[in-house]
Amino acid sequence: MQYIVLIYGSEKGWTSLSKPEAEQMYAEYRKYSEELVKAGVMRGGSELKPTSTATTVRVRGGKRQVTDGPFAETKEQLGGYYLIEVPNLESALDWASRCPGARDGSIEVRPLAPSM
Amino acid sequence: MLARAIDQLVRREGPRVLAGLIRWSGDFDLAEEAFQAACTQALEAWTQRGLPRRPGAWLTTVARRRAVDLMRRRRPDVPLEPELLEALAADEAESDSVPEVADDRLRLLFTVCHPALAPAAQIGLALRTLCGLTTAEIARAYLEPEPTTAQRLVRAKRKIAEARIPYEVPPADRLTERLEGVLSTIYLVFNEGFSATEGESWIRADLCAEAIRLGRLVVELLPGEPEAEGLLALMLLHDARRPARTAPDGTVVPLEEQDRTVWDHALIDEGTAVLDRAVARGNPGPYQVQAAIAALHGRAAHPGETDWPQIAALYGALLRTTPGPIVELNAAAAVAMAHGPAAGLAWMERLEQSGALEGYHLLPAAQADLLRRLGRTDEARLAYQRALALVRHPAERRLLERRLAELG
Repeated sequence: MQYIVLIYGSEKGWTSLSKPEAEQMYAEYRKYSEELVKAGVMRGGSELKPTSTATTVRVRGGKRQVTDGPFAETKEQLGGYYLIEVPNLESALDWASRCPGARDGSIEVRPLAPSM
Repeated sequence: MLARAIDQLVRREGPRVLAGLIRWSGDFDLAEEAFQAACTQALEAWTQRGLPRRPGAWLTTVARRRAVDLMRRRRPDVPLEPELLEALAADEAESDSVPEVADDRLRLLFTVCHPALAPAAQIGLALRTLCGLTTAEIARAYLEPEPTTAQRLVRAKRKIAEARIPYEVPPADRLTERLEGVLSTIYLVFNEGFSATEGESWIRADLCAEAIRLGRLVVELLPGEPEAEGLLALMLLHDARRPARTAPDGTVVPLEEQDRTVWDHALIDEGTAVLDRAVARGNPGPYQVQAAIAALHGRAAHPGETDWPQIAALYGALLRTTPGPIVELNAAAAVAMAHGPAAGLAWMERLEQSGALEGYHLLPAAQADLLRRLGRTDEARLAYQRALALVRHPAERRLLERRLAELG
């Protein structure tokens, strides 16, 4: 079954990392991604650009509303995601807890609905 | 009479049968629905034709048939797996035995107590699947409308299916961590029942019995786990004192005033024995410490015989493993008993100043108690009044009011 692994964290924290700290973080993520691939569970994923680059679209009563920023102001921001395919939630949680972002942030694990 | 016997039989055989059904079908929700249908059928059939020789096997066979029916109805276009039908046919032939894979109930326990489910959902499912309580009984026990409880159970089963919470006992390296969650859920059930007072529905007090049943199940299925034994011991020792805990008018009777002759000494003996076993494993933990404290109380024939210095020392140990303001308050009260009210009061002062127990009536109540013992009546009066401003439960209010009146 496929799960999306949503990486939430403090964007302020990420952007205030020093250069060596940031490089360290990326190295950890690269290693993590490699482990996912090696285990044969990786189906996709990417870091996202910061929420300052986000735009939110709503269509209400046929009218398009476009606003600057993410859909809501939240304490932690979505910074990236992975798509993994594993047998059950326990396995998904295992992988999620190994994600570098789990240490300081919150990792949401949600199953994908079957395709229509 | 017969209906009650059938009910008890179903409750006894139920968890094993249900757990086996879940393993057999691989579908929690389906298994539960089929099981419920079999139970309904059992009530009717056994009333008319008498009890079967092997009730568990009877329930399993009927439930499996129902499950196959349900599967056909849900997905009429999908042909049933041949292995499933074969297994069904084979089991009908040997309907005399109920093969229980040793881990079935353990799997069920760990599945319903998975941290991916909200605590209230864990409790509901545990009571339902492992204790055989009906939705109505669970609702009454938790003083909520039945549809609320029913909704919660439906959502929990849906989460198990949709998110695919696996039906398994956690691997060895995860077991202790997950066991913590299971024990915590069981203890929540116990405390809910323990706080029930005279006059409230009997089913609430029965939650203690259900929690103890779950505790025994864990100890039986997972031998050698000292904290599981510690929790069972703790529950047994607390339950032993329950008969003395409330006065006829429903007022809470504090420990030092309880009629110790009505304590269930068989439970105290059993609890102490379980605790001794746990401690012998040499792996201490918070439940064992709390049980040890309860055992020391249980051992004292009168309040004057209580080994307070030992209790105070145990609270010290508890604070090291599970620090927190409420544990500190209990520790301070024990220190007061062991070394005099002044020592306890000083600690409680510090707690009050820290603000950690803001709004908690038991802090001023404890302070009032110590001030009363020291003869500082005016201050005691003020403290009881502070406590009365915060207390919510009527039974506890009456105790405080009585204490205040006694000051004169």
